[in-house]
Amino acid sequence: MILHDLISLDVLRVIWWGLLGVLLIGFALTDGFDMGVGALLPFVGKTDTERRVVINTVGPVWEGNQVWFILGGGAIFAAWPPLYAMSFSGFYLAMFLVLAALILRPVGFKYRSKRESARWRNGWDWALFIGGFVPALLFGVAVGNVLQGAPFHLTDDLLPVYEGSAFGKLFGLLNPFALLAGVVSAAMIVMHGAAWLGLKAEDPIAGRARRIGLWAAGVAFIGYALAGVWLAFGIDGYAFASEIVANGPSNPLFSEVDKGGSWLAAYGERPWIAIAPAFGFIGMAMAALGLKARRDIGTLLWSKLAIFGVISSVGLTMFPFILPSSTDPRSSLTVWDASSSHLTLFVMLVVTVIFMPLILLYTAWVYKVLWGKVTEDDVTTDTGAMY
Amino acid sequence: MEFGIVELSRLQFAMTAMYHFLFVPLTLGLSIIVAIMETVYVMTNRPIWRQMTKFWATLFGINFVLGVATGITMEFQFGMNWAYYSHYVGDIFGAPLAIEGLMAFFLEATFVGLMFFGWDKMSKVAHAIVTWLVAIGSNFSALWILIANGWMQNPVGAEFNPMTMRMEMTSFFEVLFNEVAQAKFVHTVSAGYVTAAVFVIGVSAWYLLRDRHIDLARRSITVAAAFGLASALSVVVLGDESGYSATDHQKMKLAAMEGMWDTHDAPADFTLIGIPDQEARETKFAIHIPWVMGIIGTRSLTEEIPGINDLEQQAEERIRSGMIAYEALMQIREEREAVDPAVTATFEEHSDDLGHAFLLRKYTDDPATATEDQILMAAEDTIPTVWPLFWAFRIMVGLGFGFIATMGFFFIRASFKRMQFPRWSLHLAVWMIPAPWIAAEMGWFVAEFGRQPWTVDGVLPTAMSVSALSVTEVAMTLAGFVAFYTVLFVIEMGLMLKYIRKGPFQDVKETEQWMDDHARRLRGSTGASPIATPAE
Repeated sequence: MILHDLISLDVLRVIWWGLLGVLLIGFALTDGFDMGVGALLPFVGKTDTERRVVINTVGPVWEGNQVWFILGGGAIFAAWPPLYAMSFSGFYLAMFLVLAALILRPVGFKYRSKRESARWRNGWDWALFIGGFVPALLFGVAVGNVLQGAPFHLTDDLLPVYEGSAFGKLFGLLNPFALLAGVVSAAMIVMHGAAWLGLKAEDPIAGRARRIGLWAAGVAFIGYALAGVWLAFGIDGYAFASEIVANGPSNPLFSEVDKGGSWLAAYGERPWIAIAPAFGFIGMAMAALGLKARRDIGTLLWSKLAIFGVISSVGLTMFPFILPSSTDPRSSLTVWDASSSHLTLFVMLVVTVIFMPLILLYTAWVYKVLWGKVTEDDVTTDTGAMY
Repeated sequence: MEFGIVELSRLQFAMTAMYHFLFVPLTLGLSIIVAIMETVYVMTNRPIWRQMTKFWATLFGINFVLGVATGITMEFQFGMNWAYYSHYVGDIFGAPLAIEGLMAFFLEATFVGLMFFGWDKMSKVAHAIVTWLVAIGSNFSALWILIANGWMQNPVGAEFNPMTMRMEMTSFFEVLFNEVAQAKFVHTVSAGYVTAAVFVIGVSAWYLLRDRHIDLARRSITVAAAFGLASALSVVVLGDESGYSATDHQKMKLAAMEGMWDTHDAPADFTLIGIPDQEARETKFAIHIPWVMGIIGTRSLTEEIPGINDLEQQAEERIRSGMIAYEALMQIREEREAVDPAVTATFEEHSDDLGHAFLLRKYTDDPATATEDQILMAAEDTIPTVWPLFWAFRIMVGLGFGFIATMGFFFIRASFKRMQFPRWSLHLAVWMIPAPWIAAEMGWFVAEFGRQPWTVDGVLPTAMSVSALSVTEVAMTLAGFVAFYTVLFVIEMGLMLKYIRKGPFQDVKETEQWMDDHARRLRGSTGASPIATPAE
């Protein structure tokens, strides 16, 4: 195939860096409210019927939303194999916890209402809480660690080796900055879930969700601001020390990287990227106002803007770095040296261009069919189809 | 066996993959059976078919969700436990996984919600289309996963790049139309259809034995037996042995399944039964059937099937050639662009055997200077342990023929004997429910255990594919998965049994209404009294 020469390798790399962001944001926007709803479940639903309403607001859609996560994994594997190898083997036990929590979720949704026992149902409600809250927290922790750089190096064979003992690695992830990032992430997801429940449920569930969501939006806003200040004064950035070869082979060891300076220097070089954190702040503030004023559709849209802004601000601040190494900066994975081959990136782009619009189209249709609030009547008169 | 990272990682992969595959085959087949039932409902408008659709869809849902949940692990554990593998072949292997998400899993997962929740929200035809999309999505999903797996068995369309120290794709279409992948796809989805057919017949038989839901049970058996017979024939006739001549190691796998130590004249005998002895390199007490193996293995009467000893010899030659490639590679890595073109030429000549040099890594850090003994040990490593393959294969094939017989029997009874099933056959059908799962797991065992010592045939040895982890970490996650999955399995089985015992949700009023209407229609057309329809 010679077709792939139509788009040069460096352009493809930037496109796939963007698509990586699209997938992560797609995951956070869609499955984000499922996770938020899970985290809110035990607190906004007081009776069994209320909890069933809460669960059924996401009942028909969580499965499709979760595919953003699976696809994210697949796309990182296909487009950024060194990143896939490094991050999942390096954050090993944390990754296991995320998987375990995420496995609880589908099972909880599906099985919770299949038995009458109150103990059974209550148990699954807390499983759904864990399945929503823990990944939301840990994804933020992961981002916090990525910003600081992870302690790994690549061997001459390019095997990624993460330094530390089994528990040293796990608890090393739980450092103060990363925990702050985790709090921002969890709060943002709770805010998003609250916005969803405001739209899809009726009072008193919606009212409780809005109240909690308001607090969450506040925490996210303050946490995000704090993280920005911390990033400016307390955390080293990374920069290339050798000439950048954007079209070269994907071998991180061919370049030199320096640790030091500030990530925020990126805002001096590319001032336009300030729009991302601005979206983050505006989105969170407007979502908070919307929750207060009960403007449900608007709130959900502002909440989406906030998530879009926050996630893209991390990517844009770090560009071209994807996963820097704190102990062996040369091993850092960047857009220019951690991608798949020219052909693979091209083939994957063609497939994405064909299927992504289709996915968005039929997903939109499904949401349209399911439009409207879920009421207590819906779940009590149901003949077995609902959760 | 010593339990290091490699063994623990293999155990974990085997455990999570085989567990995942408890749910996948039923999803593949039941989605289609449900879609067929719903199509009949749309065409005939008879409530019984909707009740059947909803009943089997409920069981489908209980099973489906664990397939999804355990599939999450599958997507991420390559990176977690097999980091070097992910780096080394991610350029090729990652693509089908990602495409599976884009093309298949999104389709399946987005519409499965509507399939359960959408009955009152759309027209009958639209809902039937949604159900079909779920079925198509599931089956496409299998296609892409098997393209990925097929590439591990027969790595076409890729070459090694010394600059990036990994395999890179050279032709997407070769990866896509890999003969091994195509054979595997047909074989695997057919096996899924058989699984679902056996399940539907077994559960229905249980109802018939208890005189419950007779109409639902008989109709379900009729659908499942026809579907199952076609699938059972397909799964045996289109077995994936057809891909076993593709590579040296696929041939080794075939020879090991067969316990065939020496090459025989074509067409080779099939060893019906025997006791393989790895030490003595012979299969004792063997009973042979002439010609059959040659036909299964090569689809011809003249092509020879090489034996284990000859294949080991070939592996040894490839190891020696690989050592030359390895030495050249080290020089290329050292000097990069400045390297002597003669070295590059040497490398390219031997690069196909580079993977064989990696087999020596188990014994020495520098394969280029391996000793004779080490070379011989590495060559012997290319022989998988024969007896488990030999027996697993025979159990699978035996069950496969059993399915054809059972499905044939139920098909004939359903079609020509007015759906009268003798009680013994109903008991048999109930007891047979676990059989297709056993056959499917045996099949995967043969395919994957038989691929050892490679993760990617001839390209990357299993021992080199793992992550740089500690035994503690892998042992902890392994224990975690075993405990977690066991609990989930118990819960799932409990719910499955509960909903089977509960039976279909039957709206009596609606059924009576339909029968009145039906009677009126019949009277209207013939003027005579209606034919008695059994009570729903």
